[in-house]
Amino acid sequence: MPMSASQIETMIRAALPDATVEVSDLAGDGDHYSARVVSRVFAGLPRVRQHQLVYAALGGRMGGELHALQLTTAAPPEE
Amino acid sequence: MSDIRTRIGETVAGNDVFLFMKGTPLFPQCGFSSRAVAILEHLGVEYGSADVLRDPEIRQGIKDYSQWPTIPQLYVKGEFIGGSDIMMEMFESGELQALLTEKGIGPAA
Repeated sequence: MPMSASQIETMIRAALPDATVEVSDLAGDGDHYSARVVSRVFAGLPRVRQHQLVYAALGGRMGGELHALQLTTAAPPEE
Repeated sequence: MSDIRTRIGETVAGNDVFLFMKGTPLFPQCGFSSRAVAILEHLGVEYGSADVLRDPEIRQGIKDYSQWPTIPQLYVKGEFIGGSDIMMEMFESGELQALLTEKGIGPAA
């Protein structure tokens, strides 16, 4: 069962409530997505840890039913 | 399980730059692996690679080892750097080149 963009967004937001999440369906096939996630939780964390938090939010679907998700993560700019 | 961890540990310790990928540098079998290879080729560094499609034990083993669910995965001097998105981001910002230089890894002669 492929995942929809809104499902991906919902799962990420559930784990990272403050996050700004933009998901795009790259190929229009419900299988290749890109996501940009901006959350205060990421502040000071190395990129690997930031991505691991997003993968954890997706509960093991990444690499399985979710084949391709190009991911960029960032902390919001300091006010 | 512990055998595969040992095998992976020795592999990443024995190669300054090592890429776990789908396919081979000459024939990558996935767009993300292809992108990772293109970055390393562009940087001109020597690197080792393993084709996880030919080795199911490594394919699962490396995901557990790195706590990372996807392939490709880049290791530098035994340290997990990231997948292709992180590689691309670091390459574009110049961080990847800086990291290699800092670790004393230059372009292949």
